[in-house]
Amino acid sequence: MTPEEIMKPENLVYAKPRLLNDNHMHYCPGCSHGVVHRLVAEIIEELGIEDSTIGVAPVGCSVFAYNYIDIDWIEAAHGRAPAVATAVKRLNPSRMVFTYQGDGDLAAIGTCETIHAANRGENIAIIFINNAIYGMTGGQMAPTTLEGMKTSTTPYGRRVDLNGYPLEMSKLLAQLDGTCLVTRQAVHTPAAVRKAKAAIKQAFINSMEGRGTSVVEIVSTCNSGWKMTPAQSNKWMEENMFAKYPLGEIKNTVKK
Amino acid sequence: MEEKRLLKGNEAIALAAIRYGADGYFGYPITPQSEILETLEAEMPWETTGMVVLQAESEVAAINMVYAGAACGKAVFTSSSSPGVSLKQEGISYIAAGELPALIVNVMRGGPGLGTIQPSQADYFQATKGGGHGDYHLIVLAPSSVQEMADFVYLGFDLAFKYRTPAMILADGIVGQMMEKVVLPPARARRTDEEIAAQCPWAVTGKNGRGHSNVMTTLELNSELMEKHNEHYQQTYRLIEENEVRYQEYYTEDAEYVIVAFGSVARICLKAIEEARQQGVKVGLIRPITLWPFPTKRIAQLGAQTKGMLCVELNAGQMIEDVRLAVNGTVPVYHFGRMGGIVPTPQEVLDAFNEKFNEAKM
Repeated sequence: MTPEEIMKPENLVYAKPRLLNDNHMHYCPGCSHGVVHRLVAEIIEELGIEDSTIGVAPVGCSVFAYNYIDIDWIEAAHGRAPAVATAVKRLNPSRMVFTYQGDGDLAAIGTCETIHAANRGENIAIIFINNAIYGMTGGQMAPTTLEGMKTSTTPYGRRVDLNGYPLEMSKLLAQLDGTCLVTRQAVHTPAAVRKAKAAIKQAFINSMEGRGTSVVEIVSTCNSGWKMTPAQSNKWMEENMFAKYPLGEIKNTVKK
Repeated sequence: MEEKRLLKGNEAIALAAIRYGADGYFGYPITPQSEILETLEAEMPWETTGMVVLQAESEVAAINMVYAGAACGKAVFTSSSSPGVSLKQEGISYIAAGELPALIVNVMRGGPGLGTIQPSQADYFQATKGGGHGDYHLIVLAPSSVQEMADFVYLGFDLAFKYRTPAMILADGIVGQMMEKVVLPPARARRTDEEIAAQCPWAVTGKNGRGHSNVMTTLELNSELMEKHNEHYQQTYRLIEENEVRYQEYYTEDAEYVIVAFGSVARICLKAIEEARQQGVKVGLIRPITLWPFPTKRIAQLGAQTKGMLCVELNAGQMIEDVRLAVNGTVPVYHFGRMGGIVPTPQEVLDAFNEKFNEAKM
């Protein structure tokens, strides 16, 4: 088969989802956001819910999520995405409503809204990108920053006596009666991407079916903030992040 | 159909909102306005009109729920009292920046800090000058009766949707807590999703077959575009200033002196004025109903025809700055105020008037 034949549309096995538009992404090469954005677009397309989906974008690196995925969006103030999503879903019960938030947004400034939305069992999906750092503002310590990890505000490494412990948000949210799905995934290998996709898909279906709050944590890389190459970041994530934030389903009350 | 009831001001707000066809209320308890949330929960409007009522985890969450509902084109509101309204300011700034229609009720209590639960008008600056960050204004309505508490829910929502801007009912604790006869306005049906899509083509509803996406964001990193946004906000504010100034006057035709007061204080001043007139002193009253836009032109006219003005407020002197700007030095403008939750009697107002304007003394 010649390259020309391979490139024929009928031979395509993989393509950019239609809902992922052609805007140039501002994400750094190697960043997990691009892959997760793609999954979100792909799943909305597969479920055929483009017209009935409302996304809530956060403050942080993914503040411009609405520039890349061609659906209706509301950009929330820092940390308030779960409150915004709560009102959107209650006022529009037929809609699939999800938030897309980073660790600073969800686990620091927005902890209150996150816990209460999940505790009320709001019928929303929360996608939680945990890269253990504030990417957008230049690599400051996040609530999920690992012990000893260097950031611009912990230049000698996070010290528990000064900065407390890395916050295991998903473990905490799994304790709440309002959550129906809490799962921790990653997107650094094709196998991981497939699992993450299945998790996000179930979260979206849970929102549509009104089963309660779903939380999909994606343990992610921030090679710029971590000051590593993309390949080094993936390796560092496997060795260090997964030790503190092990992958897998933490809670699933939905009968399969 | 109208309905006559004996109600607290706070109850009137709640019942009027249901009758207006509001889509949602999001609030957090704080004295002296908790009856708004309590009345709504007791009325269970989700069973009748389909209105959503939610006790949020904080004032911050509540105002962001209002931002969200407004972004969906829904008629949504929140209420709080002074410290809680301070917490809402960031969200209000977002609502203004998003050009979203929403209603915010502040039943003011004495401050600063945690202050007191007694009535106050000390949030005048916060309400009329913006309150949160950035250049913006709210339409600010100051009710002086329970009837106006009900009426201004309708007026506030209507103006908010007309200009796509947040509106605030700035009530003092007295109007919130006192009971009066009130005629509840005729009930309106909540708008259907189709009506919202038609009337608010900008609303975030899900793409809903419209072919393009609607995005509600207040972020614009391009300074030139951000300045354009600001110029557009300012155009809207000039339009509101031109068309929506509201005030009420009493005894101003022949007045040599004018008292300026808003909210419940205006009613106390009216008593004092009636007393003064019996003593032969020609005093009039202007009660700004819209604190923003402020009745600047009318107060300037009154300044030109009188010998002096007295601003009576439950604060250290806030509205007086707008009165002085209006008269621009043509007449002396004095302040009389009580703070910390104290409400003056008509006699105290009269004494203050006589003290400021010696020549008018009996």
